Amino acid sequence: MAIQVEHQVQGMRTLTARRVIGVCAMLLAVLFVVVVISLRMGAFPLSVRDIVATLFNGALGRRERIPSEFSLVVFGLRLPRIALGILVGAALSTAGAGFQALLRNPLADPYVLGVSSGAALGAILSLIFVPHLPGAIQIAAFVGAAATIAAVYFLGRRGGQLDSATLLLAGIVAASFLSAGIMFLMTTLPGRDLRGMAFWLMGDLSSPPPTQNVRGWFVLLFVVFAIAAGAIYLTASDLNLILTGEKEAQHLGVNIHRVKLVVYLSASILTGLAVSVSGAIGYVGLLIPHVMRMLFGNDYRLLIPTSALGGAIAIVAADTLARSVVAPTELPVGAMTALAGAPVFIYLLRRRVR
Amino acid sequence: MSAAANSGTSLASARPVVNPASPRLKVEQVTYAYAAADRSAPNFALGATSFEARRQQIVAVLGPNASGKSTLLRLLAGMVAPLSGRIEIDGVSLADLDLRTRAQRIALVQQESELLFPLRVWEFVLQGRYPYGRRLRFESDKDSLLAGNALSQVGADALAGRWMNELSGGEKQRVILARALAQQPSLLLLDEPTQHLDVGGKVELLRRLRRLADEHRYTVIVVTHELNLAAEFSDRIVLLHKGKCLRVGSPTEVYDRELLQQIFDAPLDVDIRPNGRPRVTLRASE
Repeated sequence: MAIQVEHQVQGMRTLTARRVIGVCAMLLAVLFVVVVISLRMGAFPLSVRDIVATLFNGALGRRERIPSEFSLVVFGLRLPRIALGILVGAALSTAGAGFQALLRNPLADPYVLGVSSGAALGAILSLIFVPHLPGAIQIAAFVGAAATIAAVYFLGRRGGQLDSATLLLAGIVAASFLSAGIMFLMTTLPGRDLRGMAFWLMGDLSSPPPTQNVRGWFVLLFVVFAIAAGAIYLTASDLNLILTGEKEAQHLGVNIHRVKLVVYLSASILTGLAVSVSGAIGYVGLLIPHVMRMLFGNDYRLLIPTSALGGAIAIVAADTLARSVVAPTELPVGAMTALAGAPVFIYLLRRRVR
Repeated sequence: MSAAANSGTSLASARPVVNPASPRLKVEQVTYAYAAADRSAPNFALGATSFEARRQQIVAVLGPNASGKSTLLRLLAGMVAPLSGRIEIDGVSLADLDLRTRAQRIALVQQESELLFPLRVWEFVLQGRYPYGRRLRFESDKDSLLAGNALSQVGADALAGRWMNELSGGEKQRVILARALAQQPSLLLLDEPTQHLDVGGKVELLRRLRRLADEHRYTVIVVTHELNLAAEFSDRIVLLHKGKCLRVGSPTEVYDRELLQQIFDAPLDVDIRPNGRPRVTLRASE
């Protein structure tokens, strides 16, 4: 059909790859600053200059130039915890953005929907039954997450339609039921290496990596994250349409069932991954995508990478606060995110109801 | 009752003659029945339905409630597959088209779902370009231009920067139509597009569809309850009743007083206006 070019509509600014890269570079810079601040915090004093020099030399592989006590504090103690925070924040936030599109509900979040509790219960069961099997805890956490979201999805339907309020109630009920199951297991099965109750119910980044090969461990975690988050990202333009309406998306050529399956599995993997290493940290998946929507708009091609980076920034910052406000003891990071997240959840809920 | 195969130009006002040998849409003995799983409604069937539509034609699908109009539209949109029979678009069976190719050929305008997150009008219209993109592809200048053209084709340029949820019913309808046009379809399907419009809005929409069909060679299929607007603006009428295709033809061929009275269950008169098109008047009493 020959269409005459009439004129460009004013104010139409389409999203470009350049803008996505630019915004992500900016957020990466913010993340770097937060990481440096976080590295400074702690009993052993380090100057910003020391930290930057240590990181720089470490990145270039010039280990011999780093004083050994700096190396121990930065690479041995503080950086692994920060890397864990980056991973967990990015995973939960990406999962949250994914669940929001999948369930067509702006209040969806792995914690609110009970998915994190399901993952935690799965992880605990694997620690009880197959404590020495490598990777079992991650797989069990994924299965727990996937089973919970499936259950919440079916409980949240009314008359064949997904109902927003029913869905949230189903999630809250699932979360409290699964938390009770966790508490039951933790109190009746003492003396095992199951980590603390606070870890599973609130989330905590203080657990050391389970292996000697810290680097290999992190590489593995980040590869799994990249695959799952990448799979969600590849559906970004489909998710944009699904958020406008499922039947409309289908008419525009979106393969709804395939997209939903990809997002369902990937978001469950991300939740399982995060929970297996840090317990159930709440509200990140809700809060961060919303902040990013306010800052950069609702286009998932921009929302997913900015949410991942924003989640990383938020968790590293929250954990830095959690271990410095009440030093020398520390709060679980989940307490910090809940303090910030719960009021925002109420605000969003009220704004939506009105 | 088979589709009248003669060209539908008999009474329509002077319009460029198109090649009668190549119907754009061909519906051949299509039937459909709802799956038994849907317990709330009894198994409802659309009996053998056949008709054709050419370029630049507007076909109105008429019938009382539960006559099968929406089912027919769902079949044409490819949302459901016919139980038997065949639907062809430009000679290709609808069943052979993948989702994206289908979306490049057929656009459906229907009542929209509620938007979860606010969206600008131009962003909404750009969604019509989705079938032409791959994966993450960011919209090209061509996409923007086509979206802009679609907006001006429906006279909605001025709305481009507005938020979707701030539009009036008529404005929203135009923007939804613009998104469908951005798909560059050959077949434009509309499901009761006049439902929430006032009289002026209804006439304006039908005029617009007439112009789009005439100037841009779209084939338009419109499901409607508006007997008089259908008579005035369409080239062919498909009349359905209780899942049966009763008649296919030009408005004058289909608008038979006895028949309409019977299927709409209301006393009415049919007369022919000076322009040759029928007009239906409701009678308050016998």
